[in-house]
Amino acid sequence: MSQRTPLSLARFWAIVTKEFIQMRRDRLTFGMIIGIPVVQLMLFGYAINGDPKHLPTALLLGDQSQQGRTLLTAMKNSDYFRFVTELHSEAEAEEALARGDVQFIITIPENFSHTLLRGERPTLLVEADATDPSATGNAIASLRTLIDSSLRQDMKGTLAFLAPGVPPIDLRVHARYNPEGISQYNIVPGLMGVVLTMTMVMITGLAITRERERGTMENLLSMPTRPLEVLLGKIIPYIFVGYIQVGLILVAARFLFHVPMAGSIPLLLLTSLIFIAANLAMGITFSTLAKNQLQAVQMTFFFFLPSLLLSGFMFPFRGMPEWAQMIGEVLPLTHFLRIIRGILLKGNGIHEVRGELWPILLFTTVVLTIGVKRYRKTLD
Amino acid sequence: MNDDFAIDVRGMTKRFGDHTVVNGIALQVRRGEVYGFLGPNGSGKTTFIRMLCGLLAADAGEGHCLGFDVIRESELIKRQVGYMTQRFSFYEDLSIAENLDFVARMYEVPERKKVVRESIDRLGLGGRQRQLAGELSGGWKQRLALAACLIHGPSLLLLDEPTAGVDPKARRDFWEQIHQLAVQGLTFLITTHYMDEAERCDRLAYLSYGNLLTNGTAAEVVAQSGLTTWTVSGPDLPHIAQQLRSAPGVLQAVPFGTTMHVSGTDGERLTRAIAPYRTEAYRWQPITPSLEDVFIHLMGSSKDNYSP
Ligand SMILES: Nc1ncnc2c1ncn2[C@@H]1O[C@H](COP(=O)(O)OP(=O)(O)O)[C@@H](O)[C@H]1O
Ligand SMILES: [Mg+2]
Repeated sequence: MSQRTPLSLARFWAIVTKEFIQMRRDRLTFGMIIGIPVVQLMLFGYAINGDPKHLPTALLLGDQSQQGRTLLTAMKNSDYFRFVTELHSEAEAEEALARGDVQFIITIPENFSHTLLRGERPTLLVEADATDPSATGNAIASLRTLIDSSLRQDMKGTLAFLAPGVPPIDLRVHARYNPEGISQYNIVPGLMGVVLTMTMVMITGLAITRERERGTMENLLSMPTRPLEVLLGKIIPYIFVGYIQVGLILVAARFLFHVPMAGSIPLLLLTSLIFIAANLAMGITFSTLAKNQLQAVQMTFFFFLPSLLLSGFMFPFRGMPEWAQMIGEVLPLTHFLRIIRGILLKGNGIHEVRGELWPILLFTTVVLTIGVKRYRKTLD
Repeated sequence: MNDDFAIDVRGMTKRFGDHTVVNGIALQVRRGEVYGFLGPNGSGKTTFIRMLCGLLAADAGEGHCLGFDVIRESELIKRQVGYMTQRFSFYEDLSIAENLDFVARMYEVPERKKVVRESIDRLGLGGRQRQLAGELSGGWKQRLALAACLIHGPSLLLLDEPTAGVDPKARRDFWEQIHQLAVQGLTFLITTHYMDEAERCDRLAYLSYGNLLTNGTAAEVVAQSGLTTWTVSGPDLPHIAQQLRSAPGVLQAVPFGTTMHVSGTDGERLTRAIAPYRTEAYRWQPITPSLEDVFIHLMGSSKDNYSP
């Protein structure tokens, strides 16, 4: 019997159509859809620097000498580096960096100590994921003095023949993905996630409370509607709105900020869809919980602020305390930032991005389930 | 279950917190009947209607609405009920045609486009179909709301104060339409504060503070009240009204235009009470109490369940 089916396509489309018409007539909201990304783009032209420590670092050891160990110990003691793994090939290292598993890869070449002791200044290669320049800046700055002083102390005498002022080794830092360390490259793509989070959650957050406040909910509920029809019917039109914003920011990123676009744009658009859906689900669920539009706006900010602060947008994710990182991992924005920065700056493909999609999908499912459960079919 | 009744419920109860807003109401409305639902503001009329169509979960009660269980089968009831809310509840930012189309789609009305067009024509809304509902006057909003409630061909209409804020001409047209539809077999439950509308109902019920105080045809309601009423005309009526109200045997002295109705439940005592005022200047006449006298009496004698 039709009362048991959770969704009637006809009614679902009726709601989609209605929402589109209403959206078109609501000039203010439509202005906001365009205005918010523009204002944010202007405001966040600046970077906010943190001083993250204990950054995950991988080793590519070509030489097991005493001198190499001394160096690594000194780096570890500086608090900036945390050695998490030892890798065995260039390819492995490349992948770990692309996926964002590590921030640095330190390569100690073969015959390191041999060359050092002969006074021939061996190369120490440090590759950094510089997508977010503020995350790696301080660590790299500290490296040079660190290496110098530790080696000189450790090997007084042995290295005495080296002229003072000439560093004993040749330190090469490769700032990968964003070699010039331009913070806009990091901020502008991130802004897409921030703008989507704010507007999508807010717009849908108001969607049901508005019906309640205007009294139209009573009418809607007196008709044979199912919760899923109403909730999905209100979500779909705003996916379209989300894509307007995505387009706007991508165009600004390309032509105003000259952000490199190394990866696939279709992949970016696809992952954006999932992210947009997550935020719409959050908004619509707030909408079922809030008693009026003011509450819906308050809930939006309650969600937006942690997203802004704990996702790695404002502060480098790895610079945050562990509890903050745990909260951050739950938020869709955290994962979307990794995805979009990965695609645009690192040229990541679906293979690298996949791991960040699941948490967003899980979030969406859980949140939408709560929404459907909380959707009241009566006015009580 | 009796098929003659569109509404047949008993013990319907709704509480908000500690307050019993609808208190064990039983109501039977025959198919094809126009049933008036009266009572002062806050007496629970809207709440009762909302329970009938499943918009509020009843705390107690049982019975049938259009043959479906009123508690368990509200999804099925909704399909055959047209509910016109007290406050205009269609989309003000949608046009007349868009609103009607939306409602038709929600009910999955077959041949939707045709039905919507006919509905617009029948209402004489043709010239205004592109106008936004929010820009309509009270009378036109009411027409739109009624048209929307009828679009899926319901067999029961629940109309909550449909004529509040509507001019007399529109009110008369509206009732004309109600009676035509009733002849075709539709059942109406209509709340109203207007006595002339109450008199046009086949039967009526009167609520106060959630309790059903009386029901029946207008004549039955008057007879059941046990009131005796005199009408009086003459100079300075407010003055003698004040004196009469404190006289033993007088329950109420209510101005009606240029006359006044004086009522009591004990005819003998009432006659004695008015005797001192039956002078040359005043014209006294015994009358059958009007519905309004009865309702004022009922309102005065019922107790506010919000008061301690
Ligand atoms: N959702 C609600 N929550 C709390 N009290 C309510 C609610 N709805 C109605 N009431 C109260 O119930 C009483 C009856 O209201 P209502 O059914 O609207 O009366 P009427 O339609 O006869 O004017 C009023 O005192 C009103 O304040
Ligand atoms: Mg009411």
